[in-house]
Amino acid sequence: MTLMQIAEPDEAPAARLRRRAVGIDLGTTNSLVATVRDDGIAYVIPDDEGRPLVPSIVHYGEGATLVGYDAAPRQSPDPQNTIVSVKRMMGRGLADLTDDRRFPYRFVDGPGMVRLATRAGTKSPVEVSADILRALRERAERRLGGPIDAAVVTVPAYFDDAQRQATKDAAKLAGLPVLRLLNEPTAAAVAYGLDHGIEGTYAVFDLGGGTFDISILKLTRGVFEVLATNGDSALGGDDFDHRVFCWILEAARVPPPSPEDARLLLLRSREAKEMLTGHDAAPIVATLSTGQRIDLSLTAANFSTITRTLVEKTLAPVRRALRDAGLRPDALQGVVLVGGATRMREIRRAVAEFFGQPPLTNLNPDEVVALGAANQANALAGNRERGEDWLLLDVIPLSLGLETMGGLAEKIVPRNSTIPVTRAQEFTTWRDGQTAMAVHVVQGERERVADCRSLARFELRGIPPMAAGAARIRVTFQVDADGLLSVSAREQTTGVEASVTVKPSYGLGDDEIARMLQESFDHAADDMAARSLAESRVEAEAVVNATESALAVDGDLLSADERGAIDDAVAAARHACGREDTAAVRLAVESLNRATAAFAARRMDRGVARALAGRTVDSLA
Amino acid sequence: MAISLTESAAKHVAAQLKRRGKGMGLRVGVRTSGCSGLAYKLEFVDEKKPEDVAYDLHGVTIVVDPKSLPYLDGTVLDFTREGLNEGFRFRNPNVKDQCGCGESFNV
Ligand SMILES: Nc1ncnc2c1ncn2[C@@H]1O[C@H](COP(=O)(O)OP(=O)(O)OP(=O)(O)O)[C@@H](O)[C@H]1O
Ligand SMILES: [Mg+2]
Repeated sequence: MTLMQIAEPDEAPAARLRRRAVGIDLGTTNSLVATVRDDGIAYVIPDDEGRPLVPSIVHYGEGATLVGYDAAPRQSPDPQNTIVSVKRMMGRGLADLTDDRRFPYRFVDGPGMVRLATRAGTKSPVEVSADILRALRERAERRLGGPIDAAVVTVPAYFDDAQRQATKDAAKLAGLPVLRLLNEPTAAAVAYGLDHGIEGTYAVFDLGGGTFDISILKLTRGVFEVLATNGDSALGGDDFDHRVFCWILEAARVPPPSPEDARLLLLRSREAKEMLTGHDAAPIVATLSTGQRIDLSLTAANFSTITRTLVEKTLAPVRRALRDAGLRPDALQGVVLVGGATRMREIRRAVAEFFGQPPLTNLNPDEVVALGAANQANALAGNRERGEDWLLLDVIPLSLGLETMGGLAEKIVPRNSTIPVTRAQEFTTWRDGQTAMAVHVVQGERERVADCRSLARFELRGIPPMAAGAARIRVTFQVDADGLLSVSAREQTTGVEASVTVKPSYGLGDDEIARMLQESFDHAADDMAARSLAESRVEAEAVVNATESALAVDGDLLSADERGAIDDAVAAARHACGREDTAAVRLAVESLNRATAAFAARRMDRGVARALAGRTVDSLA
Repeated sequence: MAISLTESAAKHVAAQLKRRGKGMGLRVGVRTSGCSGLAYKLEFVDEKKPEDVAYDLHGVTIVVDPKSLPYLDGTVLDFTREGLNEGFRFRNPNVKDQCGCGESFNV
């Protein structure tokens, strides 16, 4: 750390020009842009008709591209050129879109990310998102009277590198200067924490259109710390629509509908769902392209029944997050509801019951994320008065580490570490004369590399030949404020270095992360056993290697019998390694150590004799 | 929660305040910056804010904003000379990592 000098206090802030800063909630269903007024109050910028939301819908028409409410009416007649829920495709390959039966699009599998064939050509999810962001940027620039200087865009807490990078790329394409990405629940906490000045431990329960996030946050003296995050990216209001849709098909005996009819019925499903928030029954009326007329009524009680499993599904990630934070449900001071889908009575009831208290809902659940992002953008742009600056700590959702001998994953940055973060650890070479080391970067909670996600591989070459264990290789993991990772390896004596920035290996989603986490809990005992087995095998191999090189050099110190005994012990150790029995491997290593004890002592004597040879007694004194 | 100041640091702060001709003390704090996330702040104080916490150490007033306090608990501010350079140095028991840029740290 450098030596510091005392600085003058900051100049008067009044002299400083305010920068145009916006916060953007790029949602699966709806997107918003917010900014902070001169008096420090954040607000959502509405369109000319006073509507705060922009439906996240893009229509590629003849010549023109429509976004938001203008694009919405095109869903039913032209589903293939009207893209909705594009957020679900961000950073995903075709193979990852397991629920693609629900998308009426013509998918083209592209390098890294899936693409969509539209009338306006092949579009990547990044380009489609950029069209939404561009509409938001233009809206904000009209209101603020000039180009945007700083933007903060929110992402679900569980977005992986690929999805975050895709979001950044989209913002760049839309001409937005993104200062950083912010987790959606954290943004909501910013909005609540700052507006209300509360302290304590809170849960943020965010059920939007397509994603579910739960975060446990600690607010102390204006410092936000995320204790734990969890979630499910394949769970949201859309799924409730889909349940209603299935109910309609069954109740009205509709044969498999065309994409157009499916869109129409999904639209009716959503309207019914939203209506049920304030009513006891909702009519569902539609005429399909087949001429079939649908006229049904869905009761609130019926809706509760068909969506009960979805409501329950939200509680599993909540339990995991609480466990990570080491808290019981009743230990929280409050629960914040975020996302339009938390308006559902079923959700409010379940949340209240689980946490044993009614949730906080004083801010509009559709807007809190954008408002918090605006606060953050405003602070980062330097618009805040002195003394108002606050710290915001975020965490990484999955541990980062690398592969070590025996196929084990060594965790370097434990999950839920606050970011940005830098962690380093020293490793060494494994074989005599080894000049290269492979670094395999993995992500996940499991003990075995095979059960973790592979992020990147690179090689450190040019290590000078040394005895096994003599080289010192420092591997440094750095995660920046956006959750993006770079890894470098450096051999300490020579300074040779190699590094990798984890470029999005587009493909892994929140649900996958959730699955990986769940598995790590389910397999904790297996994993421990696997780790001991792998470690004992590595140990056995090291002892066998050492014995063999010793035999090659000093084999002449042994009688035929002695040699035979050692060879047998080596063979036994090798054999034990081939089995799945940790105790047997340990035993074999012990016998090998015993079998070589006398040999080792004789080698030591010879070594000392060699070292002494040619020296005078004087030089030893 | 406590922050302390070595005698040598206190002497230098007092001398610098005197030379400056105004100011009631020294502000220490942390802000987000640098490659490891947090960086120290060291400023003269002309006016204490209501929420600030103040300490009187070796005759010098140290002012800390409450948000920085948890990151600075147990920190000792020292004044040292290294070769031709002299300046203040934070000894913070909360620091887990320091970064390559020499400016920021992580707790
Ligand atoms: N009154 C209501 N009752 C029930 N659900 C509602 C109501 N109003 C909105 N919703 C639902 O909220 C969802 C949209 O929520 P929101 O706008 O917060 O999502 P989003 O932020 O776009 O999604 P995500 O956070 O997953 O990216 C939709 O499923 C919508 O049907
Ligand atoms: Mg949302």
